[in-house]
Amino acid sequence: MTRRTDDDARSVVIAGNPNTGKSTLFNQLTGASARVGNYPGITVERSQGRLTLPGGETVMMLDSPGTYSLVARSPEEELSLESIAGLPPLTAPDLVVVTVDASQLTRNLYLVLQIIELDVPVIVALNMVDTLVGTGQVVDETALAHELGVPVVPIVARRGEGLDALTRAIAEALAAPESAHPGWRWRPASDSALAADVATLSESVPASWHGGRPERSRALALWALLSLADEHRLDDVPEALASAVTSRRTAAAAAGRDLEQEIIGGRYAWIDERTDRFLKTRPPPLSLTDRIDAVLLHPVLGFGIFLTMMTVVFQALFTGADPLIGLIEDGVSALAGLAGSIFGHGMLGDFVANGLIEGVGAFLVFMPQILLLFLFVGLLEDCGYMSRVAVLMDRIMKRLGLHGRAFVPLMSGYACAVPAILATRTMERRRDRMITIMALPLMTCSARLPVYGLLIAAIVPPWEEARFAQGLLMAAMYLFGTVMALVVAWVLGRTVFKGKNIPLVIEMPPYRVPHWPTLLRMVLRRGTDFVKTAGTIILVASIGMWVLLTFPQTSADEAALEARLAVASADLAAAPGEAPRALADAVTELENEAAAAQARNSYAGRLGRLIEPAIEPLGFDWKIGVGIVGAFAAREVFVSTMGVVYGAGEVADDETRGLREKMWSDTWPDGRRIFTPLVCLSLMVFFALACQCLSTLAVVHRETGNWIWPGFMFAYMTVLAWGASFVVFQGGRLIGLS
Amino acid sequence: MTGRFGHNSRRALDRLEEGSEAVLVEVDGDTGLRRRLMELGMLPGTVVRLVRRMDAVGVLELEVRRCRLSLRLADARHLTVRPAA
Repeated sequence: MTRRTDDDARSVVIAGNPNTGKSTLFNQLTGASARVGNYPGITVERSQGRLTLPGGETVMMLDSPGTYSLVARSPEEELSLESIAGLPPLTAPDLVVVTVDASQLTRNLYLVLQIIELDVPVIVALNMVDTLVGTGQVVDETALAHELGVPVVPIVARRGEGLDALTRAIAEALAAPESAHPGWRWRPASDSALAADVATLSESVPASWHGGRPERSRALALWALLSLADEHRLDDVPEALASAVTSRRTAAAAAGRDLEQEIIGGRYAWIDERTDRFLKTRPPPLSLTDRIDAVLLHPVLGFGIFLTMMTVVFQALFTGADPLIGLIEDGVSALAGLAGSIFGHGMLGDFVANGLIEGVGAFLVFMPQILLLFLFVGLLEDCGYMSRVAVLMDRIMKRLGLHGRAFVPLMSGYACAVPAILATRTMERRRDRMITIMALPLMTCSARLPVYGLLIAAIVPPWEEARFAQGLLMAAMYLFGTVMALVVAWVLGRTVFKGKNIPLVIEMPPYRVPHWPTLLRMVLRRGTDFVKTAGTIILVASIGMWVLLTFPQTSADEAALEARLAVASADLAAAPGEAPRALADAVTELENEAAAAQARNSYAGRLGRLIEPAIEPLGFDWKIGVGIVGAFAAREVFVSTMGVVYGAGEVADDETRGLREKMWSDTWPDGRRIFTPLVCLSLMVFFALACQCLSTLAVVHRETGNWIWPGFMFAYMTVLAWGASFVVFQGGRLIGLS
Repeated sequence: MTGRFGHNSRRALDRLEEGSEAVLVEVDGDTGLRRRLMELGMLPGTVVRLVRRMDAVGVLELEVRRCRLSLRLADARHLTVRPAA
């Protein structure tokens, strides 16, 4: 037995219509080996993983975008075609597993027929056979396999049922490809004009496409006849083929022929003739799902229930995660304290406590919210409600150029962009998904709260009667972030991710009881996956920030402080009355001063001063610059970095009084106050729009498989933040604000 | 000709009543839209049943070839139907 590596392993592509459980099946089969890579030559992500077959062979499993057809109208369909047909630069798969929704059989068979025509071995995974039970429908798999000429394996991917049989079928089909290789099912009548079109066109199909196989070259000719009609999306179509298609189409139109009707209608006629052989029953006119939908999709009730559900979810997200967050925070500080006592108060102790433990802790704090959100989204998806949300939100979201399914991820962005970005996986079209991902970090996440809290308190002093104004300002910041996210989505949909408006087909699967074991496994897997990938980057970044703030060590200042400490001790000896407390205070004061001096001279401080000219037009000085540099790792770090820079000691989120007072009285060299209300507003706008979250960038990298998109995200958000702050600060000054 | 559909027996699919069946007679729209609708099984001669109208959200749900399918009203306007025999 030889164990093949990824490079020479045989490859199995999973294909299918959207929402047929393709990704679920892929995850079930590949488990922990799944990872996101890129299609060769282009920066489009594709999941791949390994599956070990009963015989011991390991094959590479490749996911492909869900599609109704191989006609390349959208990038998804183009990629599906390229990965299934193995058009250059991709290589042809050794086997294609087509997932088919058993409750939507006839429509799914259209794609199956197209794939069989391409002359690749095919297995049909008849998914969701469990949903048939409620409707009284029965699919005769044997009859279906007989008609299609390929193996048909009934499975329930979400419960993991039938996977052993499917794995065995994959092994058998790989061992004897001819068993899954029946040749064309429907074909144009041999004396028809269409058959003549295909024969002629197949001569223009390049050899690198058909590999010397006549069936395949005819299939690609037929495909070209439909696909290359008007603006197609494929880049490397030979000129000869494209012009041959154009002349054939023109001739057909002149003869009054309808090629769409001939080809698409031909395949459907083949299916219609045989449907009664494998589908013995008809669906009931009104199923249980229909009765539930009458309520959940009701124009008034439906929206009411949806809004109530969202409110409950977010309440749970904020309040339900609270105790756990507190527990993690306590644990982290306890651990940091323990590290301090083990490694001492020197540099090593400081590194372990503040660099490592606090840094990673700041990220772990979000885990409860992240896991809860995964659970909610998984639950909505699994029971079938997510598709109804897409229907309810479609009209509103469509105006913004977004998909109805973008709504829940966008709302999730109020908690944390990271799980929200992972929640966009429920969108099949890459364009919809990318727009949502790119706009998501503008939603006001919970990490902005402490920053807003500090700055709003600096604008509106926290007198009791000012509470209302504070709340109003906070609400305004939330609204600002949301509006900006929607505007950015709208703009991106018309520029970077410009796409043809394809008629939206919304599939509404029957309601199902959630399958808890799979659901919980999914939550756990995504959670650990996230900790591993994003956590590594956060760890490195935390160490980096610690280094920036700690080096170079300022020995001269320390000597001066030591001297003053000695003086303080001497004073203490002269006045023995209130000794210990005063000494402690003096020492704390001096330690804070030392920390502030350190921050000033550190690389981060120098960086802050270096970028001061760039941020001065926004009203920020170098200290705010240090805060912004620190906040790049994570927004909430701004508060603690400012605490260090201002020598206010460690600052807890709810005890920012000392810091606020110092910030309040800080001035520019010419005596003007730095933290005027206008500067605070400008700073808040900056925080609302800037991409100051390594976890987000890490997860975008993880989801897109390259650094281009995180780079794009960081660039556009930074430009947007700088520009908006500039407008706020300079505009504010123009109209006489300070 | 009068009948269940009134004076004009042919009408756009989005004007069909909830629960009624009809036969598609024409699929139009630009080449891409038309092709997509046909690939989803909306071919001339196909019997469709309008399961649910959701005017508030601009979507309708159809049964075609024993499958369910939801389309935007805007897309459904490109489909013309006549009464089922």
